[in-house]
Amino acid sequence: MSTSHLKRLEAESIAIMREVAAEFRNPVMLYSIGKDSGVMLHLAMKAFYPSKPPFPLLHVDTTWKFRDMIAHRDSIVERYGVKLLVYTNPEGAARGINPIASGSQLHTQVMKTDALKQALDKWGFDAAFGGARRDEEKSRAKERVFSFRSAGHVWDPRNQRPELWHLYNTRINKGETIRVFPLSNWTELDIWQYTRAENIPVVPLYFAAERPVVQRDGLLIMRDDERLPLKAGEVPQMRRVRFRSLGCYPLSAAIESDAATLDDIIEEMLSTRTSERSGRLIDSDEAASMEKKKREGYF
Amino acid sequence: MDALPQKSLLRFLTCGSVDDGKSTLIGRLLYDTKLILEDQLAALTRDSRKHGTVGEDIDFALLVDGLEAEREQGITIDVAYRFFTTPRRSFIVADTPGHEQYTRNMATGASNSEAAVILIDARKGVLTQTRRHSYICSLLGIRHVILAVNKIDLVEFSGERFHHIVAEYLGFAQGLGFESITPIPVSARFGDNITQRSERIRWYDGPTLLEHLEQLEVEQTLDAKPFRFPVQWVNRPNLDFRGFSGTVASGVIRLGDRIAVAASGKESTVARIVTADGDLDEARAGDAVTLTLADEVDIARGDVLARSEDRPEVVDQFAAHVLWMSEEAMLPGRSYMLRIGTRYLQARITSLRHKIDVNTLEHIAARTLALNEIGLCNLATSAPIAFDPYTANREMGAFILIDRYTNATAGAGMIEFGLRRATNIHRQNLLIDKGARVAQNGHKPAILWFTGLSGSGKSTIANIVERELHARDARTYMLDGDNVRHGLNRDLGFTDADRVENIRRVGEVAKLFVDAGMIVMCSFISPFRAERRMVRELVGGDEFIEVFIDTPLSECMRRDPKGLYARATAGQIKNFTGIDSPYEPPEAAEIVVQTRDLSAEAAAQQILEMLRERQIIA
Repeated sequence: MSTSHLKRLEAESIAIMREVAAEFRNPVMLYSIGKDSGVMLHLAMKAFYPSKPPFPLLHVDTTWKFRDMIAHRDSIVERYGVKLLVYTNPEGAARGINPIASGSQLHTQVMKTDALKQALDKWGFDAAFGGARRDEEKSRAKERVFSFRSAGHVWDPRNQRPELWHLYNTRINKGETIRVFPLSNWTELDIWQYTRAENIPVVPLYFAAERPVVQRDGLLIMRDDERLPLKAGEVPQMRRVRFRSLGCYPLSAAIESDAATLDDIIEEMLSTRTSERSGRLIDSDEAASMEKKKREGYF
Repeated sequence: MDALPQKSLLRFLTCGSVDDGKSTLIGRLLYDTKLILEDQLAALTRDSRKHGTVGEDIDFALLVDGLEAEREQGITIDVAYRFFTTPRRSFIVADTPGHEQYTRNMATGASNSEAAVILIDARKGVLTQTRRHSYICSLLGIRHVILAVNKIDLVEFSGERFHHIVAEYLGFAQGLGFESITPIPVSARFGDNITQRSERIRWYDGPTLLEHLEQLEVEQTLDAKPFRFPVQWVNRPNLDFRGFSGTVASGVIRLGDRIAVAASGKESTVARIVTADGDLDEARAGDAVTLTLADEVDIARGDVLARSEDRPEVVDQFAAHVLWMSEEAMLPGRSYMLRIGTRYLQARITSLRHKIDVNTLEHIAARTLALNEIGLCNLATSAPIAFDPYTANREMGAFILIDRYTNATAGAGMIEFGLRRATNIHRQNLLIDKGARVAQNGHKPAILWFTGLSGSGKSTIANIVERELHARDARTYMLDGDNVRHGLNRDLGFTDADRVENIRRVGEVAKLFVDAGMIVMCSFISPFRAERRMVRELVGGDEFIEVFIDTPLSECMRRDPKGLYARATAGQIKNFTGIDSPYEPPEAAEIVVQTRDLSAEAAAQQILEMLRERQIIA
């Protein structure tokens, strides 16, 4: 049993979380409502049992998440009995920054990256868990489990601390912070297999259903509410779709699918020929765009 | 989780010299195991045209070289982790850089790997980096090596060339203690013998690279080793529950087993093995669990639990191989933060026994370790630690050293053996103690540490302070940089390493004077914060008084009382502080004396006033 792949991953993640609880003054767990966050929170409940996780969750709300995501978030908080903080960039909201008129790049910068930095500063968090995985994207594959940020939340990818064995360097000076990635060594398939094995609740949007979508630039965008303006002659159609990755709804493309259960999703994954972030519009903004966003403070 | 697939996991790294094709090999493995998806392939094709080095073909290296700087320069800088899976096994690959300047990132990849794929360019044969990486793999405990002789297509698939390279490598690797070395002729670019048997290399009848990786038996020996449990976090949800959370580093523990805390020797029995999925009867190496004990025993994060009858060594001095990873050289005597297991504590490298030439494996005498150098060192920690030698137990014998100012990870260490001296020298119990001496003296003891540039006026002012203290019947002594160098420190020069040792010895002597109840004036340039801090930590918190004689360099050069600046600027004196050697001013000195518009007498009065405020003297 001890050689089982998922059990090893689980134990590694738990050890990382306990390390943060033991060494940092004021940690927080970034909770983005998606499948990775779901696994991360589930692991946190295990790591500290019978205690509760000794840190709150933080959701950076861009106000453009799917309605189903927000409903799921609130039910999860109640189910697990954990503390949730929600933060929205007040300036961005006042200026009406949104993914449609402002463009995905500005929206992401203001409502996600800036908002995150503001929230971390506001509550004085010195360590923040994120659910990013190394298999998601090339620059993530290079990132440490304990990823150092200088004052101002800047990541310097060329000058990362060497990270040997399981001896994480948790030491920081005042004003500096650490981003911690307990799921670094998990793959998308691991996440789904673990979700199935552990019965972890996920947002229904991951499962196929009839949903109102419009087709733009070859991508299927769901019209989750009236804020998505329709172009001339555009009529939302009901298509049987699901999402592999969830973010702001105008920036998350759906795929046509019949996968309605976790078993179906895993089976579909094993035969798919595209990556999960292919539906993320913000990744293809420009070459090496993830590395750039990460340097500026994006998770 | 019993329903989960029971596939085993193998962690390996790829290493070897620059341009031997490490990243290409991994790209090829991912491609051939169908783990490169359509949108990634499209991006790769785009990138290949922009940055690629293989003409119109797809450049697989661009799949793993994820940083902008790497793609632009066509090299790997940092270790990347990649994942792939076959029906037989899951793999985590660490793709590590070949350039010598990034050796520390290669070592990072090796530290968690069970096997190494060492690439050799068939045209070039065994190179310096091949030897360097093989040695580091061996040092970090890797026991299985796959020698991938790559670019075999560029030597016309020559079996003769292949066997020649293999023979050369085996000759070198003999002393490295590998359990298996498996040579395979491959072409990463064209896929020969990676996942598919090559039709073009008929003289080779061994396994393909993937076949071998799937079959390689990496013995799970951690279970069979003695039980070790570094306590990570004390779990106290309420007054009725007190558990010790952590991951079993090695061995097996069962309910009712007798355990001991390694450092204190306190014993108890295991009452429960708690997990969120229910209590267990036993826990094994790698399991993250929470233990509760039958008795109230004082246990904190950093303690190591072991079976009562099979405990780790506990020492405060030991010998270890250290790989240096900081731009700033390792200096014996300087204080670093050491992390071993779940414990942080202060440590010093007391001596560098020798440095290792990784090309010849020869031992070389040296005083410091520069970036990427490896040496066998003696270390002393501020408190005893529990450990097993690294070769017996990776989890229990590995440590990192952290710079105390920047918090950068500066070194990685592997403990070889404990130094018995630590337990054999017992302190002599004395009948008259420090308190008795202080009472007789009528004032408190202290170190007045005068630091500042050469010619700033340290010794002049210190002399006046001593004269005034002496006139008040205080018991004093003066340790002066020049005088000490004529005797006690006659053997030391002015390199960074010698400066550190100079200050360490002076600090120890000053500490004896403080123990004697005296006020000791120390007048030393002492340019490095780290050493001044080291002396500060030798004595009680209020016994070290840092006096910063803050005279600007221009003023010191103008005064130049000994004519030293003139000689230094003329290049006649090397490593002169302020000229070609740095001075790090104090960040929180107890007193800063600015001498530009102040006489030495007035400066001394300021210091005496401060001593009165601190109630050192009446």
